[in-house]
Amino acid sequence: MRHTISVLVDNKPGVLARIAGLFSGRGFNIESLSVNETLDPTMSQMTIVTRGDDRVLEQINKQLNKLIDVIKVIDYEKGDENHIERELALIKVAVTDKCRAEVLSIIEIFRCKVIDVGKAHYTVEVTGDENKLNAIIELLRPLGIREIVRSGRVTLQREARVP
Amino acid sequence: MKLKGSQILLECLKKEKVKAVFGYPGGSVLDIYHALFEHSIKHVLVRHEQAAVHAADGYARATGEVGVCLVTSGPGATNTVTGIATAYMDSIPLVILTGQVPTALIGNDAFQEADIVGITRPCTKHNYLVKNIAELPRVMREAFYIARSGRPGPVLIDLPKDIINQTAEFSYPEEVSIRSYRPTVKGNPRQIQRALDEFMKAAKPVIYAGGGVVLSNASAELHALARRLSIPVTTTLMGLGCFPGTDPLCLGMLGMHGTYRANMAVTHCDLLIAIGARFDDRVTGDLRSFAPEAKIIHFDIDPTSISKNIKVDIPVVGDCREILKDCLAAIGKKKVAPRDRKSWLGEIAKWKAGHTMAYKQGKAIKPQFVVEKIYELTRGDCIVSTEVGQNQMWAAQYFQFDRPRRWLTSGGLGTMGYGFPAALGAQVAFPGATVVDIAGDGSIQMNIQELATVVQYNLPVKIAILNNRCLGMVRQWQQLFYGKRYSHSTFEHHPDFVKLAEAYGAVGLRATRPDEVEPVIRKALAVKKPVIIDFVVEQEECVYPMVPAGAPISNMMLL
Repeated sequence: MRHTISVLVDNKPGVLARIAGLFSGRGFNIESLSVNETLDPTMSQMTIVTRGDDRVLEQINKQLNKLIDVIKVIDYEKGDENHIERELALIKVAVTDKCRAEVLSIIEIFRCKVIDVGKAHYTVEVTGDENKLNAIIELLRPLGIREIVRSGRVTLQREARVP
Repeated sequence: MKLKGSQILLECLKKEKVKAVFGYPGGSVLDIYHALFEHSIKHVLVRHEQAAVHAADGYARATGEVGVCLVTSGPGATNTVTGIATAYMDSIPLVILTGQVPTALIGNDAFQEADIVGITRPCTKHNYLVKNIAELPRVMREAFYIARSGRPGPVLIDLPKDIINQTAEFSYPEEVSIRSYRPTVKGNPRQIQRALDEFMKAAKPVIYAGGGVVLSNASAELHALARRLSIPVTTTLMGLGCFPGTDPLCLGMLGMHGTYRANMAVTHCDLLIAIGARFDDRVTGDLRSFAPEAKIIHFDIDPTSISKNIKVDIPVVGDCREILKDCLAAIGKKKVAPRDRKSWLGEIAKWKAGHTMAYKQGKAIKPQFVVEKIYELTRGDCIVSTEVGQNQMWAAQYFQFDRPRRWLTSGGLGTMGYGFPAALGAQVAFPGATVVDIAGDGSIQMNIQELATVVQYNLPVKIAILNNRCLGMVRQWQQLFYGKRYSHSTFEHHPDFVKLAEAYGAVGLRATRPDEVEPVIRKALAVKKPVIIDFVVEQEECVYPMVPAGAPISNMMLL
C-alpha cells in the first residue's frame, strides 16, 4: 500500500541523513521526498511517499517517531480524504509550427503555465496531484518531451469538516 | 563564571555525578586531558578505544548508571564503533565523548579526521556535533538524559578542538526539555486492566522476561507478580538474573540454547506475557510456531519493539517497573485468586524431569563443569561477564543468577572481545567484588591488551578461558550443519596463556584434568590480583540443547 507520511522535524543539520539512514538501514523505500522550513523556522516539514504492507508501515511510523529530532508524524493512506496532496513538474516539450497550437491547448486544459519559451521548446510548469501530472505527461509525450523534473510530493491536512 | 570548554566538559560530568571515565588520549583531546590532569574525576587509561566503550558498558550494566568514555578523533573515534553498536543493541546507557578536528578543518580530510557523527548515526540513540561553546552544557545535559531515559542507549558527542578551547559562561541547565522526545513511562490503565483480565483467565500462562526488566530495575515487582499469580518465568539471555534462577517458578533461558522446559512451556502456553523483551530471532526461531496457541501481552517502553516480529494482542507501552507496579496495585486491591496452576506447573515439572542439563564427565575437562565449579565456589556471589560463543552459552546455562546486574554479556550484537573489558569496567565500579570473565580462547585474544590495564589499576578480574583450541560455536555449526568441514575454525597456534598473563604482570594458572579445576579456581579467587586461568577443555563439546536457526523452538537437539 502506498502512503504519504508527513513528518515534522527539528530544523537542524543531519536530520535528513537520520531519516534517510533509517529508511535505507531498515530496508524501507522512499519513493518521493520533499523538505522545507515551516512557518516556525526552527522546524522543517518533510513529506515522504513510501510503500509497504501494514506491518512495514506501522514500523516506519514508529521508527520515525523514535528519532529524537522527529516532532510529529502523520500517516495518510492513499485515497485518505483528510488531506490534500500536490506535486510540481517542469516539462520541456519540443514545439514545431505544426504542434504549437496543440501544446498550448493541452496546457490550457490542464490549467498550467508556460514559464520559458525558446525557438524549439516550451517549458511547462504543472502542479497537481499525481494523476494530473501523469495525465499531462502522457498527452505531451507523443509531441516530444525533452526533459522532465518532478518535485517530491507535499501534503497538508484538510480542515475538519463541519457535519 | 567563565570557563574553558574543556573545564566546562568536566564540570558537566561532575554535575552528572560521573565517577569514572574510561579513555585514551590523543591530539584532538589534549586540552581535555590537560584539564583532567588536576581534576577529581577518576580516569581509567585503557589500551584500546574499543575496550574503553566496553568497560564503560560493563560499568553501566553493573551499576545502572550512565557509562562514560573519552577518546580522540579519527581512529580513536572509529575504534569505538563496535563498542557503541554493542551497547545500542543491548540498550545500555552510555555517553561517548570524541575529539574532533577544529571546525575550520572539518570536511578537509584533515589529519585524524573521521565523520564519527555520520558513522555512528545508525548505532547511537542520538548524537551531537558541538559547533558552539555556548551549547555545550545543554548538549551534555540532553545527552545524559537521552542515554538513561526511555529505552536507554548510547549517545555520542563530537567535540571539535577549537570549541573545547573557547571560553564561555558556565551554568548547567536544571531542567531538560526536548519537545520531540517524551518517552511514555506510565502504562495505559485500560490496557493494563485488559492484560490483568487475561492473567486471571489463563490456564497456562508464561512470563517471558528480557533485559528491559533489568534496565528498569523491575526485578522485585516481577518476582512479586509471578509469585502472586503463580506464573512461571522464562528469561532471555539479556534477562538472566531479573528473576531468581533458583526460584521454583524459574524455567531458565528460552530460545536457541534455552532449556527444554522453557521452550516447551512457551510452545504450549495459552498466554505469553513478554516484559521488556523484543522477540529476537534467537529467542523465537520460526515465528509461525512461536507460542502458537497463546494470546500475547507485551510490556515495553519502546513502541517499535511491539508487533515488530510477532503480532501482539495487548500491548502496554511504558516503563516495565511502572507497569508491573500498577498491575500489583490493581491485583492487591481486588484480592482475586488466580486460577489453579497445579496441572500447568505439573506439566512443566515433567518437562524438567525429562530433560536435565546433565553432561558426561570424561578424562578431559568439560567446559560446563568449569562453569558449575565457578558458580559453586563463588556461591554465585560474583559478577560474571562473558565473551561470545560457546563460553557465553555455557555460562548462561550453568550459572544460576539470583540477582540482576550481575551478568554482563553482549546479547544483541554478539561481540567477541566484550567480556574482558566489561569485567574491567564492573571491577572499577565494585573494587571489592569478585568479577569473573568466562572466556573462550578465540574471544579473549580480541581485547587481551587490557591485561596491562587491569594490572596497572590492580583490578583483580579473573579470566577463565575455556580453551578448546578452536572457535567453538563456529566449529559446532560446521560439525552439525556443514558436514564437519572445519574451515578455518581451529587455532593451530596459541600463545601460552599462563606465560602471557605473567608477562603482563598478572597471575597465570592452568588446569588440564578435571581434578585440577577446583584447586585452581580456589587459588584464583584467593589472590587479590588479576588472574588468567587456562582451562584446557574437551575440544569437541557442543552446546545443547540446540534449536537449528529458523526452526520451531520445540524442535530441540538434546544432549
